Amino acid sequence: MSTADTTTTRAGAQGRKAPAGERVADWADGRLGIYTLAKGGMRKIFPDHWSFMLGEVCLYSFLIIILTGVYLTLFFHPSMNEVVYHGSYVPMQGVRMSEAFKSTLDISFDVRGGLLIRQIHHWAALVFIAGMMVHMMRVFFTGAFRKPREINWLFGFLLLVLGTFTGFTGYSLPDDLLSGTGVRIADGLVMSIPLVGTYISFYLFGGEFPGTDFVSRFYSIHILLLPGIMLGLVVGHLILVFYHKHTQFAGPGRTNKNVVGMPLMPVYMAKAGGFFFLVFGIIAAISAIATINPVWELGPYRPDQVSTNAQPDWYLGMSEGLFRIMPGWEISFAGHTLVLGVFIPLLVFGAVLTIMAVYPFIESWVTGDKREHHILDRPRNAPTRTAFGVAWLTLYGVALMAGGNDLWATHFHLSVNSVTWFVRISFFVGPVLAFIATRRICMGLQRRDKDKVLHGRESGIIKRLPHGEFVEVHEPLTQEQLHTLTAHEQPRPLALEPEVDENGVVRKVKGTQKLRVRLSKSYYGEDRYVPKATAKEYQEITSGHGHH
Amino acid sequence: MKKLSARRRHPLAAVVVLLFALAVTGGLYAAFAPAESAKADDSAQSLAIEEGKKLYAVGCASCHGTGAQGTSDGPSLVGVGAAAVDFQVATGRMPMQQQGAQAPRKKPVYTQAQIDQLAAYISSLGAGPAAPTKDQYSPEGADVAKGGELFRLNCSQCHNFTGKGGALSNGKFAPNLEGVNPKHIYEAMQTGPQNMPSFPDSVLSQKNKKDIVAYLDEVNSSKSESPGGLGLGGFGPVSEGLFAWVFGLGALIAVAIWVAARTAKAKKS
Repeated sequence: MSTADTTTTRAGAQGRKAPAGERVADWADGRLGIYTLAKGGMRKIFPDHWSFMLGEVCLYSFLIIILTGVYLTLFFHPSMNEVVYHGSYVPMQGVRMSEAFKSTLDISFDVRGGLLIRQIHHWAALVFIAGMMVHMMRVFFTGAFRKPREINWLFGFLLLVLGTFTGFTGYSLPDDLLSGTGVRIADGLVMSIPLVGTYISFYLFGGEFPGTDFVSRFYSIHILLLPGIMLGLVVGHLILVFYHKHTQFAGPGRTNKNVVGMPLMPVYMAKAGGFFFLVFGIIAAISAIATINPVWELGPYRPDQVSTNAQPDWYLGMSEGLFRIMPGWEISFAGHTLVLGVFIPLLVFGAVLTIMAVYPFIESWVTGDKREHHILDRPRNAPTRTAFGVAWLTLYGVALMAGGNDLWATHFHLSVNSVTWFVRISFFVGPVLAFIATRRICMGLQRRDKDKVLHGRESGIIKRLPHGEFVEVHEPLTQEQLHTLTAHEQPRPLALEPEVDENGVVRKVKGTQKLRVRLSKSYYGEDRYVPKATAKEYQEITSGHGHH
Repeated sequence: MKKLSARRRHPLAAVVVLLFALAVTGGLYAAFAPAESAKADDSAQSLAIEEGKKLYAVGCASCHGTGAQGTSDGPSLVGVGAAAVDFQVATGRMPMQQQGAQAPRKKPVYTQAQIDQLAAYISSLGAGPAAPTKDQYSPEGADVAKGGELFRLNCSQCHNFTGKGGALSNGKFAPNLEGVNPKHIYEAMQTGPQNMPSFPDSVLSQKNKKDIVAYLDEVNSSKSESPGGLGLGGFGPVSEGLFAWVFGLGALIAVAIWVAARTAKAKKS
């Protein structure tokens, strides 16, 4: 009705009265300045590639976690007061448990939709962190972390770490036997820190473990502190994506100074909105199909009970694995026990994560590359970086595998001891092998690209020539494809300046400088790239006889 | 009369006569035989021991020794009791297929009657726990919640929360308890087979054992319910993580590829 009215007004008496929508927008602009925001924001261009949507998967699952989490707080009691269960789940009737555990059972069995919401919350958390990991790998392997995006890389890394801790504090809340065992391990970790460990443990738990405080404390951390910081980081992350503009893969018409793609409004608004519902739908479907963390089967936490298959959620599986493969070393020093069997894995866990956080700075130092990069690398064109990433993933994967060593043993009829020894050796050997293999594969792919540029695509058609020779017909690439395959740069390694300068004075070369040059050579040295096809080579071959 | 004579030469006539004769012989035997076997109960027992000894000599003696005194390949069976024999043989663990870290559960080789004879022979060598009666192990009338608490306290560190099994050192394992006859669960607690510790009545009372059997019957049998959907094996976070990566993130990436492929392209490539 109103639209019809405004159209007639507009058509009838031009300029007398603006349409209602316009008037609302004017009103809002006068107070919020939305026009200036919209001018820049709405026409923002985003390039198109499926891997650029991985971050969206994380953003949407984060939103889903917040929404379902709010629902769960309405019914959850973060208290460790002991109560006796008389709810509707029969095998728990009359069992003593904390109020936290009882309210989790009530959410699962007596609150309408409670179990589904709980499962959506938990599945979305697993998907969220898995998504962040894959998103991070995409950014890593394409070199999107390079200047000017190093800070945003750190934001993302912090989100991954905080997501992990939020997950840990979250699954510990129901106070069930599985998570209680996990909290006990965390307590052991904290206590293994020399000098201050026991103090921190007492501070965290308000006395001796488990005490009566940790659920309420974890609750505040889980629903307020960590998500608050994460929300801030997410906003910062997105602002920086807007500010830097999105990176893009090389292609005709794409330069370091432009972005080729579609505008946010209306294309990406519609796509992103639709994609949100697809993500929500898939997570909801999974939650309706498969159970997660069935606390009613696990039972309430009691420090005198434990079960096998006591693993953390997957994102802490790597740390679990490090503990499982570490020999139980222990040394006594001046009347104090240093539990190396726990403390070393804790340090290694921190180191494995930190190396990823600081990698952008290491790479830019080694290569001396301080330029801005908005065109992405194909992983094969940065063999050393790609190999490093695969080696890191191998290390991570091997440790993750160790975290489930008992299930490998039972499901593949192996000895758990052999699995552990396999992992112990692979932990050191695996990344090295992966590094060498990946670098070679990258070189091979570069050679293939060069071959494709010079000789065209193998068409699979065999032609017999009049004199009896068989040749395969190669289809030449289009100009666009040729550009895409040869757009990457092939930087040269750093070199030491001459030992004696032009005045004959011996130059002092620092040790770090020498190391830097050596590393730089390993990045960009002679055998680290296949010189890409030049225009001259291309001319020579294509102007020839048609086949060769 | 005419009908009978007409069919006398029917090809099936011989078969009918044979069946008739067999029925008569069998009927006569059935009429006389019980009187003989009901003579004395201890003679049935000694008959069972006798039969059991024969079975033992064929199927067990090569590892456990001719007098069940044990060899380097198998332990002594003197004093293990009927419950142990019933558990090991009725779950198919004995006779062993091959030496290894642990004898797995498989299809039993002997019938229940033969197993009872073997058990009678072994218990005649020395006193041990007897096989439980039906009202001892039947889950009916037991306290499931109490059983759950006892299970988590005594069993779950090897057998997992709901008895799905778990790994032990050097290839040994605590088996999955799904579909195990309650009688055999009871006997396992009594006798502590292979790597399992035993829980005699002085440690876990008969009622406690019954409660545990009832708990397993509730949470790990074909009638157990999984209110949240697929149980994913009941192994906890490892299978959940695998599922989240493969089906959760896998599906989302597939959808992302689909969405990205179905958009208005800036330029056809």
